[in-house]
Amino acid sequence: MITFENVHKSFGPKKVLQGVTLDIPRGESMVIIGGSGTGKSVALKSVLGLITPDSGQILVDGQDATRGDHDAFLARFGMLFQGGALFDSLPVWQNVAFRLLRGSLKRPRSEAREIAIEKLRRVGLTPDVADLFPSELSGGMQKRVGLARAIAADPEIIFFDEPTTGLDPIMSGVINDLIREIVVEMGATAMTITHDMSSVRAIADKVAMLHDGVIQWTGPVADMDTSGDPYLTQFISGSAEGPIEAVR
Amino acid sequence: MILTTPLAALGRSTLAVFATIGQVTIFALQAILHIFRPPFYGREFAIALLNIGWLSLPVVGLTAIFTGGALALQIYDGGSRFSAEAVVPQIVAIGMVRELGPVLVGLMVAARVTSSIAAEIATMKVTEQIDALTTLSTHPMKYLTAPRVLAALIVVPILVGIGDIIGIYGGFVVGTQQLGFNPATYVTNTVDFLQRSDIVSSLIKGAAFGGIAATMGCYYGMNSGRGAQGVGQATKASVQAAAVLILAANFMLTSLFFSS
Repeated sequence: MITFENVHKSFGPKKVLQGVTLDIPRGESMVIIGGSGTGKSVALKSVLGLITPDSGQILVDGQDATRGDHDAFLARFGMLFQGGALFDSLPVWQNVAFRLLRGSLKRPRSEAREIAIEKLRRVGLTPDVADLFPSELSGGMQKRVGLARAIAADPEIIFFDEPTTGLDPIMSGVINDLIREIVVEMGATAMTITHDMSSVRAIADKVAMLHDGVIQWTGPVADMDTSGDPYLTQFISGSAEGPIEAVR
Repeated sequence: MILTTPLAALGRSTLAVFATIGQVTIFALQAILHIFRPPFYGREFAIALLNIGWLSLPVVGLTAIFTGGALALQIYDGGSRFSAEAVVPQIVAIGMVRELGPVLVGLMVAARVTSSIAAEIATMKVTEQIDALTTLSTHPMKYLTAPRVLAALIVVPILVGIGDIIGIYGGFVVGTQQLGFNPATYVTNTVDFLQRSDIVSSLIKGAAFGGIAATMGCYYGMNSGRGAQGVGQATKASVQAAAVLILAANFMLTSLFFSS
């Protein structure tokens, strides 16, 4: 469904993506792992058109992601941002229903609010949270609201950018389980980027490891521990010794 | 090498200045285009009207009344050197309407509104809220920039008009209470002396300064660097640029209206 074909991207002299090739089939949950600064976020944002690759192609259902009606293209996606990226000036329910209050998916305000409350319930939040502002919520609650916003319009494809960053281990586990449940329940195609191995094991059908601007290893999550790939093995074990330099 | 290094630095700075001018011009043109192209965000526009207009009234009023009062005192004292104390109402009126009203309101809006817009949008950029807008099929220029620029274009001339009136009233209070002018004569002299072109030029300046203030806030916010330092730099740069551009635009508009 989502195909990266030899994607390159540099920022000045820094070459971030140096020929990423990857295929994410429909309905599959792909987790991209890799160290900080290896270009995971760049790869994800390139699909959405937030960053334009220097060369190569990103295809969604065989169509070039950079061509055609971009709004219609984006309407197929939901995204959970690393820090939540909730709009400070809007109450929680309007954050969740943002897409339903404007644009091509616009609904009557009362209906949009009902859907927002239903999505909040789905991520384990009570309706009384709906009228609070994001600054009044804890980090874990903000992540849940971000997740509710990502699924509000029932997208076909959901992206998760470091979904457990900044959360305690228990809350991380809750968010991981929620993501897995929601992705399975909706039958959505998911692409997650993380360096949290507990997230990988909870969320992934398949794993791809990005290192030095290329996909170093890809395969089913069950094969990850026995891959024999020295880069992946070092990353999973968190060892300072190995082919990945500890100081980057 | 010793000779070429400063020249290279000068060249780089010059190129950077021209590049920024080009980027700001393109940004301003895009902002204007987005004002006329749907979708329109009425709620954002209403909030911008409230923030830029209504909430700026206290600072504009206070600035204008003190400036009008001080102007009356200065003109009276200066005029007394050549027996021209009687021109206080006329000079306060023309000074406020043609120059001080628009410029001071423009600078106050730059201090209050440009900084606030730049800091808000820069924070949104740093916290990925602008990326989130894009992924939610909402164009940041339409949602954030167009409503603010349109609101400033409409509301700052109104602020300037109010500032002009309050400034003249400040001069009136000082003139009648402290300098011994007859109230009826003061009002008559003010009204008779002011021409329609003075008022029109004041309001046009207001629209231009409002447009500059909002555009600079949005431009520097959207192009902010990372982290708290990026937000701070964007805010500082936006106010500096807005203030300088307002003063430069004031000179150009004054030349255009009154250089005959």
